[in-house]
Formats: sequence, structure tokens, C-alpha cells
Amino acid sequence: MKAITVNNIVKTYTTKKETILAVDDVSFSVEEGEIFGLIGPDGAGKTSIFRILTTLLLADSGSANILGFDVVKNFKEIRDIIGYMPGRFSLYQDLTVEENLEFFATIFNTTIEENYNLVADIYKQLEPFKTRRAGKLSGGMKQKLALSCALIHKPKILFLDEPTTGVDPVSRKELWEMLKRLKAQGITILVSTPYMDEAKLCDRIALMQKGKILQIDTPQNVVNEFGKKLYAVRSENMFPLLMDLREFPQTENCFAFGDKHHLTLKEETFDISELEKHLITRGHSNLTIKKIEPEIEDCFMQLMKAHPNDE
Amino acid sequence: MNKEIVIKTNKLTKKFGNFIAANELTFEVYKGEIFGFLGANGAGKTTAMKMLIGISKPSFGDAKIAGFDVYKQTEQIKRNIGYMSQKFSLYEDLTVKENVRLFGGIYGLSDKEIESKSEELINKLGMQQEADKLVASLPLGWKQKLSFSIAIFHSPKIVFLDEPTGGVDPVTRRQFWDMIYEAAHNGITVFVTTHYMDEAEYCDRVSIMVDGVIKALDSPKNLKSENNAKSMDEVFLILARGAKRGE
Repeated sequence: MKAITVNNIVKTYTTKKETILAVDDVSFSVEEGEIFGLIGPDGAGKTSIFRILTTLLLADSGSANILGFDVVKNFKEIRDIIGYMPGRFSLYQDLTVEENLEFFATIFNTTIEENYNLVADIYKQLEPFKTRRAGKLSGGMKQKLALSCALIHKPKILFLDEPTTGVDPVSRKELWEMLKRLKAQGITILVSTPYMDEAKLCDRIALMQKGKILQIDTPQNVVNEFGKKLYAVRSENMFPLLMDLREFPQTENCFAFGDKHHLTLKEETFDISELEKHLITRGHSNLTIKKIEPEIEDCFMQLMKAHPNDE
Repeated sequence: MNKEIVIKTNKLTKKFGNFIAANELTFEVYKGEIFGFLGANGAGKTTAMKMLIGISKPSFGDAKIAGFDVYKQTEQIKRNIGYMSQKFSLYEDLTVKENVRLFGGIYGLSDKEIESKSEELINKLGMQQEADKLVASLPLGWKQKLSFSIAIFHSPKIVFLDEPTGGVDPVTRRQFWDMIYEAAHNGITVFVTTHYMDEAEYCDRVSIMVDGVIKALDSPKNLKSENNAKSMDEVFLILARGAKRGE
């Protein structure tokens, strides 16, 4: 059985002035035991999808199943078997750390002790503060508590909506290590993130933009389908280099990527040494041009360009 | 080379009771520089930034921002800096033009200046069609670009950017950095925080705060070679992994 099946979901929000199409005919499915990532910027529709799948929001049309249960008809069954960590902190601010966890355990008819092993990794870091009110916790700690509360009833499927947004690289890394351990225990995970570099940590990903899925595949297949030669270019002065690369007639796209610029050319057969000569005449020193494998972010930007009407 | 100093701090410290949020920060930022202010959650970045923009009094230590003292001249500081954050930037229920006019007025520009400069700003952003629309109706990326343009509208000496690109799509994120480069090229100092480590590479120099202190400060190139790391992400992980505080 599929852990999650989504068929042609559409969701609009209507205000006095306009109707916003938040989710535009989205379909995908998630296998049991998979880490599936919804990757995309704000406004991609990620949170609406999460809220529909966790039975908190009704879609305009389309259907969705969680382990065979319909999100509309069987919402009660679904709520028993899923854990949901929303993007916005939503625990009880005036209960303590321990009280929050106990509360969530109790409403799911279980106890902290029963499933302690599942949350132990995270909760251990919180235990020194277990008498502190949740509202007084730091951001990183709140996030750990929210994850503990989403896990305490041993859900079959975990929904994590942007768990790493605004989180520093160290905590992000810790969280992903945690997700790997939960997957090893058989928990299916649907996670969303605006950080493209986290895509490669998922088994499969859906790249999303403005309510639509641009592509669904394994991260490696997404990269393989980039279909163009991609070059990384560096020199001593990176900003003038970017300007010169963009003005070069053969340049199709050129974007800054950390300490390199990523470049695709209009003609695949173009002799790249011509570019090197050109840049040297423009005064660039310590120049390197290397053919590289694309990152997910390269693929995302290429797909964005292929869907200009969605702008 | 003689570099003009626009931010100079000396043992700048902020205590909350017994808790030292920012501990003896000493550093300089130069004119026209893009200075990346990084750190783990809870390292004290926000506390430090609040002292630098004149809205939080230090417990001790000194700092001069654009030549003005953070204890006595906070009003002059505010007039000489721009500020934008992901959380607060513009008034959503005002139009694009109204926001420009409001902030221009707050920063003491004349009506004439506001009029000519706001047209320039709107044309430059290619937002002629949107000029009379409410900011609330704009996509996030446009809001952020507009917000940055407004933060430098009064030609401040320094602009402070607090996670300006959070949640923005990858193309817009890069367009945003083009604007940062251009501002720096025009002599505006850019003081920026981010959680995107690729963006740390775009900075001239980067400081990394851990548990209230500045643990490293150098160019990305030097930080990578000193730490024997391939990327700024690795540098960050090496320096911040031992952090004890969690925000």
C-alpha cells in the first residue's frame, strides 16, 4: 500500500479582492518508509498540501489517501496514525516542556514511557529544561519539543512542514540525521523545505513552484535530466566575472553559486577554450573553468525558466 | 590601502542578568564592504545587531556606527543607516508608491526628492504596473526587492539586512544579491545575516558568532583555507558544532 496518495488536488483561497490558486492540480504518491521532500520557495503550496493531508483543510477538488484512509471521510483514523509538525510553533506556550509532551501522549492514549525510545535522541537535549514553559524556550529548543510531541504516539507517517527554515546549518544537519534514524525505524516522512541543498537527503522529491509540481523523481534522476553541459567558473574577482559571463554571446544562463558561477551555453558544441581566452582578455586572473554535475538548485532554476507562465 | 571604517566596536557587550548574550565583540567594517554576520541560532547575532542599529543599549564596551556613538547618538545612527528584515519590511496595506513616500518622509527627504527618486526606484525594479497596487498583493520576491530598495532609498552609509532572502526562490535570491553587489559598489556598506552558506561566499568578509563571541572573522577564502574546508558550510559546521547555546 502507498503511504500517501494525492490525486488532482486543487485549493484556492478567496479574499474580497481576488482568488488565489494555492494548489494547482497536484498529484503524487509516497511509498511506505520513504523520505519524500516537497522542495520550493514560499508560495509553492507546500503548507496547503500539508494541511489537506493532515485533515485540517478541505481541498476544492481532488482526493487524497493516507495508508488507504480518505482525508475527508476517514479523518479520525488518519489523525491517530500521523504526526504533524507545522511550520509555525503551535504547542502550548504556557505548559512546560514535560507537560506538553505528556499532553500529546495522553490525547493519543499513550505515555511518554511507552515510546520514549523514539524521542530519546531529541528529548534528552530538552530534559534539563523540562520544567520550563514552552513559550520561554529558544527557537532551536522549541523545534525539538515540537518534533518530540509529533512523535510521541509513534505515528506511521510524519509530516514536517519546513522544519529547517531559519535554522542554522548545525541544527539543520542534526535534524536530517534524526530523520534518517526515524526512517530506519520504518516511519514514512513527508518533509518540505525551501533549502534546495536538502533535496539530496530525500529519497524522492517534488520540485514545486506557485502551486504546481515541476518535477517528481529521485534527486539523482532530477540531476541526470538537466540535459546540458554545466560549467563552474571562478576567477580572482567574482562580481566582474559574473558581469562578463552574462555579456558573453554564447552564454545561455549564468548564476552565482557560492564561490563559483554556474554557466550553461547556447551551443553545446562551443569550444570552451574560446571563453577562457575571452575572459583572459577581459583581465581575469586565476581563472578556472570546469565541467561539473548540476545541483538540484540548477535544475530548479532551469525548470522555473521552462514554466515562465507560472511567474 | 587606506580603508575607511564605518563600523567600529570595542568589547561591545550585552548582558541580560547573568546571561552574556554578546560578549566583548571587537571588530571593524569598512566602507563599501559586504560583511556577512553569521552564527548559530542563539549565538547573539540579533542582540549584537540591535546594539549596532541603536535600539539596544550595550551593557559595556563601545561602538561607533558611521562615526556616531551607540550610547549617545542613536538618532543620528538611525538616520544614517537602512534596515530590512524578513519579518518586518513594508506596510502591506499601503501601495508600493505609498510605502516609498512614507519611508522617504520618515528619513527626512523633501517631497521633490521623494517624487523623483521614487519614479527612478520603481522604473529600476520594473514595477511600473504595480506602483499603485497594495504591497500585500506582491509576490514575496518582489516585496523583498522593494524592501531593500526602500532601505537604501535615503542613501544610508550602512544597510543592515537580517535574513533578507529567507523563503525566496533561487532566481530571485540571486537577483537580490545583484542588488546587494550594486549597493556595495556604490559605496554603501552592507551588513547581512543569512542561513544560506552559499551566500556567505558572496561576502567580502564574514564573522561567525558562537555562544556570544566572534569565533572567526576573515574573508571566505581565508576561512576555508584556515579550517581546511571546501565550503563555507563546512567552515560553519567546524566552528559552530561545539555551540552550547540553542538560541
